[in-house]
Amino acid sequence: MTKRFAAILFVSLLFASSNIPAQDWIRTGTGLGVEKIRLAVPDFKLVSNDTGTPDLAATFNTTLWNDLQFAGIFDMVSKSFYPMSVPGAPQEVHLADWGSPPPSANMLAFGNIGIQGGSLNVQGWLYDAKNLQSPQVLGKQYREEANYANVRLIAHRFANEIIFRLGGGIAGIAETKIYFVSNRSGSKEIWQMDYDGANQKQLTHLSSIALSPHVSPDGSRVAFSGVTKEGWQIQMYSLELGKLVTFQHFSGDNYSPSWSSDGQNIAFSSSRSGNTEIYTVGAAGGTARRLTESKGPDVSPTWNPKTNTQIAWVSGRTGLPQIYTMASDGTNVVRVSDQGYAVSPSWSPNGQFLAFAWVRHYGPGEPGASDIYVMDIASKQWAQLTHDGGRNDFPSWAPDGRHIVFQSSRNGRVQIYSMLADGSEVRQLTAGGENTQPNWSFK
Amino acid sequence: MKLTRNQWMKVVLALAVVLAVSACGKKQVAAPPPPPPPPQLAPTASLTANPNTITPGQATTLTWNTEHATDVTIDQLGAVDPSGSRTVTPSQSTTYHLVAKNAVGSQEATARVTVVQAPTPPPAQTSNQGEAQLFAQNMQDVFFAYDSYDIEPQYQKALQADARFLKQHPNIKFTIEGHCDERGSTEYNLALGDNRANATKQALVQLGISGDRIRTISYGKERPFCTESTESCWQQNRRGHFVYQQ
Repeated sequence: MTKRFAAILFVSLLFASSNIPAQDWIRTGTGLGVEKIRLAVPDFKLVSNDTGTPDLAATFNTTLWNDLQFAGIFDMVSKSFYPMSVPGAPQEVHLADWGSPPPSANMLAFGNIGIQGGSLNVQGWLYDAKNLQSPQVLGKQYREEANYANVRLIAHRFANEIIFRLGGGIAGIAETKIYFVSNRSGSKEIWQMDYDGANQKQLTHLSSIALSPHVSPDGSRVAFSGVTKEGWQIQMYSLELGKLVTFQHFSGDNYSPSWSSDGQNIAFSSSRSGNTEIYTVGAAGGTARRLTESKGPDVSPTWNPKTNTQIAWVSGRTGLPQIYTMASDGTNVVRVSDQGYAVSPSWSPNGQFLAFAWVRHYGPGEPGASDIYVMDIASKQWAQLTHDGGRNDFPSWAPDGRHIVFQSSRNGRVQIYSMLADGSEVRQLTAGGENTQPNWSFK
Repeated sequence: MKLTRNQWMKVVLALAVVLAVSACGKKQVAAPPPPPPPPQLAPTASLTANPNTITPGQATTLTWNTEHATDVTIDQLGAVDPSGSRTVTPSQSTTYHLVAKNAVGSQEATARVTVVQAPTPPPAQTSNQGEAQLFAQNMQDVFFAYDSYDIEPQYQKALQADARFLKQHPNIKFTIEGHCDERGSTEYNLALGDNRANATKQALVQLGISGDRIRTISYGKERPFCTESTESCWQQNRRGHFVYQQ
């Protein structure tokens, strides 16, 4: 039952947030054991290179391939099946060779790279291999200063174009960022990386404890919890200024900030009344509004990003922590998880699902593994996504609703991994130190 | 070898003592008494003790000032500088007696330090202990059951002793840190730690300690006292921990 639900879940994830009608052969595809789109991506042809740095082209090809493979909607045709002559431009394409066995590709992405006078030129095309009359789906040209970062950027952008066209109109995530906590500098600080784990960069240098980063919907600021002279406070790091900017301090301990998807409000947990409760405050500050009133701990709010009229959070009001939802004014409290130890909810972009960490069978004699689960909120049906041991926690949805990033101790020290929202295609993104609490950017 | 938090505290304290001792030594060498001015006037003298009421083992500071004196002695301390201060730890009530003399005459001053017996005899004290050390020695932490922030009956006695100590030292302000073991999730443990710190605070408030003296903070599972994955270690980490503030 669970497995079948996972399949249904994944397919609905693919389409639920899209208003654009999907093409027939996608709808019958992913997750049901039926063929995904077979996509062939031969290495882009290096047409000129006056820098003597062939690794720029290699980086482009690797990045593009990984982006498309990780998108989760393609069956990448192995390069060993490709025709001997690799096309770099439309006139070099013999489409019939690609659409028939052995490659049997549905789609072909190809192009060329030129590096000349310090500038990088990339031309890329996407062809429908079964449509010999008018095969072109996409033709793009990019020109940037030739360096490693721009090569990756162009590959990400071209991948996003392909994913958008073939993936039911949902934007690709190749240019998104992940914010996280790392202790590799000696203290827990806020870090940033590309969605594929590249370009890991330390943002804060507070030498205190920084936790729970949550990036603003416009990508300009990261809210996080930090220990200050006034206890735990919500702190704000400006990605534009590259430094902390002031944010209102409140009495008591204040942590686990979460942005509404319109950027207007921040929900957080505060101990100012003695008990920890959930509050909301305008993103520019102001009077905080208390939403919960219970003796137990209340923490880890997450907004329904589709409507911003609901908040899910964790409460220990009945003992072990459970997931609840409520209206964003504190009314209409509904308990979502029915047993065990359930924490760290993250609301899917389409508003339909909650991802969370759950020790389902908890107590003496139970092995008590914490795994990532996804629950359909309306039906309360759930699917277990991780099965590989370790303590798995802090899932965060990618903006495409197809990917989830999370932390896991499956290989010893806790690291950050990403996966498709059906639990497949798990990738380790970090190594070195302990890396925790990933938060996927809104775009 | 991993050091527990307590072991770290000891190392830090030891370093602090070494630094303090060496600093004091230098001060005495670096400041010899200035040559006295020609005595023409009778000396003046004052002597105060702050605080003038202490418990056994607690320290108090004697401060004295004289003018025109060539020879200053305090009975219990011997010859001293014309002006200065000294920390003393009398074990019973004492009247400190200062005599300042010069060719013209002499002047006396006294300061009474009253030592009040504590209801429970404190452990043997070394001299020169400040309030912070007393606090650390006397305040007993509260420990919690797993995922709980309820004060268990077995810790009522410890809290009553804590409250007695705090009533004897009404100027002390302090922080209660809420801590959790390594199991469970980071954010939930932060909230649980706050509930533990607050439960400990409320227990002291019930015993008559003003809430204004108490700050609370949660460290969740971020600052464990003990870093092994054993129940005895976890028990050490599920606590309300008292930290001297002022």
